[in-house]
Amino acid sequence: MNNIESFILSTLSATVRAGTPLLFAVLGTIFTERSGVMNLGLEGFMLIGAIGGFVASYQTSSLLAAILVAMLAGAILGLVHAFFTVTLRVNQIVSGLAITMLGTGLSGLWGKDYIGVIARRFEPIKIPVLSEIPYVGQILFSHDLLVYISFIMVPLMWVFIYKTRPGLTLRAVGESPDTADAKGINVFAVRYFYTILGGSITAIGGAYLSLAYNSMWIENMTAGRGWIAIALVLFATWDPAKALIGAYLFGGITALGLRLQAVGAHISPDFLKMLPYLLTIAVLFFTSTDTLKRKVGAPASLGVPYSREERT
Amino acid sequence: MAELPVLEMRNITKAFPGVIANENISLDLKKGEVHALLGENGAGKTTLMNILFGIYKADEGEIFMEGKQISVSSPHNALKYGIGMVQQHFTVVPSFTVAENVVLGLKEMGFFVKTKTVESSIKKLGESYDIPVNPRARVWTLSVGEKQRIEILKLLYTGAKVIILDEPTAVLTPQETEVLFKAIRKLVSEGSSVIFISHKLDEVLEISDRVTVLRGGKVIGTEVRSSIDRRSLVRMMVGRDVLLDFDKPKTEPGRTVLQVENLTVKNDKNLEAVRSLSLSIKSGEILGIAGVAGNGQRELAEAIYGLRKPVQGKVVLNDKTLRHTDVAQRIKGGVAFIPQDRRALATCPSLSITENMFMKNAHTNNIPQSPFNVNIRAMQKATEELISSYSISTASTKTPARFLSGGNLQKLVLARELSTKPCLIIAEHPTRGLDIGAMEFVYRTLLAHKERGAAVLLLAGELYEIFRLSDRVAVIYEGEIMGYTPPDPKFTEEIGFMMAGSKQGEIA
Amino acid sequence: MRIKIEKRLTVPKYSSILVPVLSVALALFLMGIILLVFFYGRLGNLSLAFRETFEAYKEMLTWPFANKYGIFSTLMRMVPLAFVGLGLSFAYRMKIWNIGGEGQLYMGALAATWGALYLFKDVTSPVLMIILISILGAAAGGIWALIPALMKAFAKTDEIVVTLMLNYVAIFWVDYLVYGPWKDPKGYGFPGTAPFPDQARLATLFKGEFHVGFFIAVALAIVLYYVYKRTRWGMNSKIVGDNAQAARYSGISIIKYTIIALVVSGAIAGLGGAVQMMGIQHRLQHGFSPGYGYTAIIVAWLAKLNPIAILLVAFLFGGLLVGNDQLQMFYKLPMALISVFQGLVLFSLLGGEAIAKYRLRVSREEAVTNE
Repeated sequence: MNNIESFILSTLSATVRAGTPLLFAVLGTIFTERSGVMNLGLEGFMLIGAIGGFVASYQTSSLLAAILVAMLAGAILGLVHAFFTVTLRVNQIVSGLAITMLGTGLSGLWGKDYIGVIARRFEPIKIPVLSEIPYVGQILFSHDLLVYISFIMVPLMWVFIYKTRPGLTLRAVGESPDTADAKGINVFAVRYFYTILGGSITAIGGAYLSLAYNSMWIENMTAGRGWIAIALVLFATWDPAKALIGAYLFGGITALGLRLQAVGAHISPDFLKMLPYLLTIAVLFFTSTDTLKRKVGAPASLGVPYSREERT
Repeated sequence: MAELPVLEMRNITKAFPGVIANENISLDLKKGEVHALLGENGAGKTTLMNILFGIYKADEGEIFMEGKQISVSSPHNALKYGIGMVQQHFTVVPSFTVAENVVLGLKEMGFFVKTKTVESSIKKLGESYDIPVNPRARVWTLSVGEKQRIEILKLLYTGAKVIILDEPTAVLTPQETEVLFKAIRKLVSEGSSVIFISHKLDEVLEISDRVTVLRGGKVIGTEVRSSIDRRSLVRMMVGRDVLLDFDKPKTEPGRTVLQVENLTVKNDKNLEAVRSLSLSIKSGEILGIAGVAGNGQRELAEAIYGLRKPVQGKVVLNDKTLRHTDVAQRIKGGVAFIPQDRRALATCPSLSITENMFMKNAHTNNIPQSPFNVNIRAMQKATEELISSYSISTASTKTPARFLSGGNLQKLVLARELSTKPCLIIAEHPTRGLDIGAMEFVYRTLLAHKERGAAVLLLAGELYEIFRLSDRVAVIYEGEIMGYTPPDPKFTEEIGFMMAGSKQGEIA
Repeated sequence: MRIKIEKRLTVPKYSSILVPVLSVALALFLMGIILLVFFYGRLGNLSLAFRETFEAYKEMLTWPFANKYGIFSTLMRMVPLAFVGLGLSFAYRMKIWNIGGEGQLYMGALAATWGALYLFKDVTSPVLMIILISILGAAAGGIWALIPALMKAFAKTDEIVVTLMLNYVAIFWVDYLVYGPWKDPKGYGFPGTAPFPDQARLATLFKGEFHVGFFIAVALAIVLYYVYKRTRWGMNSKIVGDNAQAARYSGISIIKYTIIALVVSGAIAGLGGAVQMMGIQHRLQHGFSPGYGYTAIIVAWLAKLNPIAILLVAFLFGGLLVGNDQLQMFYKLPMALISVFQGLVLFSLLGGEAIAKYRLRVSREEAVTNE
């Protein structure tokens, strides 16, 4: 009885940890895609964030510096993506693939000499009082700082997007750039800004892997989490609140797989590792346009480059 | 000494690759006047106004506002000078509420959007100009006329003094047009000035104080309303007298070609757009369907053609019930479809003219060929012939379709659809965006096919076109047919009432 | 005089060759800078780093093409790239983004191994064996692509992420087999199956350094070239790719075309996996592909989906993979370098295509006169 209880508790706690990198990636991408720029390069953003953060932590032992460097690395990739998609108006799918390859490659190159070394990591901080609450305390309030930041970001982003003037601007640019333009909103600047901001938040998701979840640098350590996050953005219909649910759903399935292995269940670990990918496919299927009958919430101009003189 | 004009454009020139859209155009606008800009499609009216509104940058020329030279760099910049424009494609965010649309981009709003205050001030403003709106409604739920009112209100909210209306009546019923005209008169009486772009003579004569006629990117002349009439305006517009009315060929309707029974179709928003509608068309007959855009015309055409799955009902072609959403069956059965959105639906922009011309060849087998060895040379040759017989102007058969002008593209679609001698032609706004010359061509072609014995379903917004071509007129409103009239302008008022939702016979 | 940037009405013909060539050159240059930074970080001396970069480049660019051993290695690396690249072109022509070439390749290899070691182990005729394995491999790749195909055709599920997720699933599946039930008992714990029997191996030339899979790839490219240019499928798939709405309007069944395009695309990649097993690997191993499925995306794109050009570009990239191996061995450079290069090529190509749409025009001020 007690065994089962502790199994469930530790699985739920692990769920939050496994969901956090996804949550950052999804939140960042919600910003980017709300502005109408499609981003398929999440894997690249996360990897560059993972190595950037890890190297900075190793060199300076400062976790603040680590996060800032991870964000900067993500921002630079975001700038590249914005330049190609917003200024040059190239195919956004292909640009996203190129970002994935570039981010994967650069992180591998950069991280070549950091394999197997140990850097300062984010340690769990028990929040006084809250962590004493039975069950909830252990599941939610016995984590590291980045987890708490992600908790706060969800409601803040929700209010920002739906209730503030900059949020209104952001949504208008993604929904109808020519309307925004007619209202004196600089569509290009908004898209640049949110592609860069979104990239740097996504990169924090990668840094969480190397600085808290795995606490080391492994080449290609995201293992497809960037792509899973892309599916989660669709699942969340670009809504930060639903992103939380989606990220923890996937965190849960990952955690469950790992916990089952740990307690020695008679299933091949390779099949357990497949679970998040299979679940992603299922989620995509059940959120696809025709399954839902009607497209909900997607920014109407997502993936469409904007040009003032070239309208139909 | 006359009063200084509110606005003056001097010697404006604007060229696009391959075409001069505006050549040395000058125009002035007085305070409190309605100045109409009249011309055919492609005459340069919209380009000129887009320059004034800061969407395009003029290559040459100057703009003065109350005597001071200004340089308009963007629409937002134009609004700062008090110049506002209601474009043909409304610039509203459909998923936003009316209030959100109005406050979008207004810097003085502060960080959080104060919904309540904004909503009440919009309501008040609307009432003062006789344009009632519900500030909380989501824009996509509104009718076209209401959206237009939101656009005007947006401009008034930011304090526009010069309001440009680009073809505002194209999407309105005769009754809604009256409402708009009343609002325009109210605006000018309050001191605003209005530039009214149109290609409809009667409206221009009704609403404007002065008229400037553009043709081929040049100003033909500016006249005061009292000194002109219909005939002189037409001459200015097209450079010659055009026979606006002539007889259509008489044919005896033959057997029934198309029969639609109790058809119900949903639109993209999953709402019923066509409601158990029935109609039939005989060989050698043109049935014109009049109605305000967005009343189910598109869904009806697409369901008949098999692009959209009906919820219920059947489509019968030559006594054979067609399978729903089987386009191939229709093409093989001799159904041609000239859709309104020819660029998005009827052509492939990057493919060559030849490839576009034989897009349907797999089903029509106009040029017989094996699927494993396509005869490109034969298609090329046939395309050359069609280019000359439909007088499509293009550099070669290999030119990508996106380089064709609207008129030439439509000729391409006509050539493809009609060269197979179809028994049913569905024509949806076949002349939208065409100049008078191309329009005449389309009319003559459709009438010729009617004489040949084809049945034609014509969906058009312009009553002129309906009267000009049809043998019978049906009026559609919210997916239902309100009634039928003969194709005679003397039924205009009755048709107008039916377009606004009154059943035939209910009109007092 | 003034200079204006204008949009071209038509992109000139020569740019379709010039742009890819220049993009590869630009990508090589940019990668040189990245390598320089990398070596500088390692050596701490700029002139040494310069020399190291130069030497590494020389090695990478000459070794794969300049000697017999290098050329054969390049050709053998080219074969899987060509197969997957050709397969991807079949879907990309219709703007169906199959990113699952890697998984389809793995499934082809998995099925080939199943055939060679278990299903057809009693077949003795090499010809029959090779045909059976090829069919099995193609079928496996096709079935793997059928999953996203059905989802896309009937529910409009986005194929990009689904095909990609299936790569991971395929790789884990192969891992499960080679670490578990299919593991060679005589393999000293090495994660791989038993070797293929002789009748399941492709004929080789030049002392085993070259196998006939190369000719299968060339033949396939020629067939696809004809299919794209001269058949109804080729024409209709072009319509679907350019404007899916117009395709529906022309009576083309999008559902049918989507399913066929993805399945054939996967089948060609799966065939590539089977050929790779029969020609070179001769046993299924963990991680036998260094990302051929991803490199093939660049190959197909750089070749503008032209099957003949895919062969050429696959040869070039085969060489780059070989060169990259050399760098790994002699300069301790990571595998990741090839990803950097691919990303750079793709960006250069995208940028080049965007810029090719414009031209500079010099015009005289006086040309504009008032009437």
